[in-house]
Amino acid sequence: MPLPFSPQEIVETIRMVQMENLDIRTITMGISLRDCAHPDLDVAGTRAYDKICRLAGRLVAVGDEIEREYGIPVVNKRISVTPVSIVAECTSAERYVRFAEHLDRAAAEVGVNFLGGFSALVHKGATPGDRALIASIPEALATTERVCASVNVGTTRAGINMDAVAEMGRIVHETAHRTADRDGIGAAKLVVFCNAVDDNPFMAGAFHGIGEPDCVINVGVSGPGAVMSAVRQAPDADFGELASVIKRTAFKITRMGELVGRAASRKLGVPFGIVDLSLAPTPAHGDSVAHILEAMGLERVGTHGSTAALALLNDAVKKGGAMASGYVGGLSGAFIPVSEDIGMIEAAAMGAITFDKLEAMTAVCSVGLDMIAVPGDTTPETIAAIIADEAAIGMINRKTTAVRLVPAPGKSVGDFVEFGGLLGRAPVLPLSSYSSADFVRRGGRIPAPLQALNN
Amino acid sequence: MPHERSNRVIVTVIGADRVGIIAGVSAVLAEANANIVDISQTTLREFFTMILLADLGEATVPFDELKRRLIAKGDEMGVKIDAQHEDVFKYMHRV
Repeated sequence: MPLPFSPQEIVETIRMVQMENLDIRTITMGISLRDCAHPDLDVAGTRAYDKICRLAGRLVAVGDEIEREYGIPVVNKRISVTPVSIVAECTSAERYVRFAEHLDRAAAEVGVNFLGGFSALVHKGATPGDRALIASIPEALATTERVCASVNVGTTRAGINMDAVAEMGRIVHETAHRTADRDGIGAAKLVVFCNAVDDNPFMAGAFHGIGEPDCVINVGVSGPGAVMSAVRQAPDADFGELASVIKRTAFKITRMGELVGRAASRKLGVPFGIVDLSLAPTPAHGDSVAHILEAMGLERVGTHGSTAALALLNDAVKKGGAMASGYVGGLSGAFIPVSEDIGMIEAAAMGAITFDKLEAMTAVCSVGLDMIAVPGDTTPETIAAIIADEAAIGMINRKTTAVRLVPAPGKSVGDFVEFGGLLGRAPVLPLSSYSSADFVRRGGRIPAPLQALNN
Repeated sequence: MPHERSNRVIVTVIGADRVGIIAGVSAVLAEANANIVDISQTTLREFFTMILLADLGEATVPFDELKRRLIAKGDEMGVKIDAQHEDVFKYMHRV
């Protein structure tokens, strides 16, 4: 019987895994906690703990098993849960920090590094449960290690809840300052969204949406290194050809996500949800989205042309990936976090990329302003105004946008914040010195745009 | 889309050609009772490349242990050996 694959195909796969950091970034188990609600917060928290331990007890072992069986690294095993504001709402508790502690305990027990879903969806208005959850975020993120929080403040359909935006400016500020001894790391676990998605497997913004089944497996693939290598091998390709090169690579990367997702689903006896075909960088060399853009011909990411380069990359990744998986979902595109991407860190440190250019690039990337360190004395109103700008880009363009800013306590422009691990390090970037306070103070809602009226 | 669960792995050996590479690799596989289905040799760029398809249906050791042994054998012979499940290639290169 002849070999079913050509030597070139086999060597290509081996090269992608061994030399270009192709990996499965995360297998994320989504778990509904809606059946855990109880008037007593601790009872609800204990129910959530029990359910997570029951359903995700084998998640890490299965992830490791798949890694051994297929020889593809499965970097993270994670959990997303129903937005806690919904689960805890029927309690009379004014703060849900205790619930976050139960979640943290469950995450530690099953061995996952992050659990997302300490979340509230308030794009049109907040219920008492939403308000209690949001007020609990700073303390919850300071006292727990693995819990991640997110708040959705706008959608294309609903507009932007500017009261929530103003409140989140204060919450981001307080969350960072509560963890001042660790460069404000609490804020690295908090995402403020517009058009948040229900099946995102990536942290810190993952939560298990209300239209999801009881339990589901979502997979996030990664592979900036493999795309960069493919782009580098086509130095003279015109843009049409370049897009094809990226599409082909994205297809292959996404196939691995499909394989792993189906294997995990089968082994755990849990339905397979989606593959999120994102290019997610890490601070490791050879795992950078910025370096892909530079390989396209930009001297440094952030210079003129960066937005066009990113638009081409993001679109080609989607087109290639969409063919490769039966169910594509999540955020699916190219992430441009600063502290988590070695090329972004370098460009930010030398002033090649600015905050404003990053904002422009979020109009065409998969999410938004991500892991950007700003001065510790940035006011809550300025943070709120940044959130409003980013939400506006998402609302008008019918895409997910998000803000994950770290106003690093005690640090100013030029200083570095150090989070370590996958969260990386970043230089503090300057912001506009002019006030947005009177704008933010108006309150109310920015009405849904014309784009919402499409029925 | 491939659904059947095969238990076949693809072993690749990359490095400078020398006497005894095939013998060394097949000895490790034989010891694990893994059946060699096919074998091919080629030169990719300047490297000697051997590709071997093995069936682990009757194997006496689990895949990860076999892979560990193959990698150790490769280190001993000064070549790079890797082993991956056939499904990985099937998914990546066949639709």
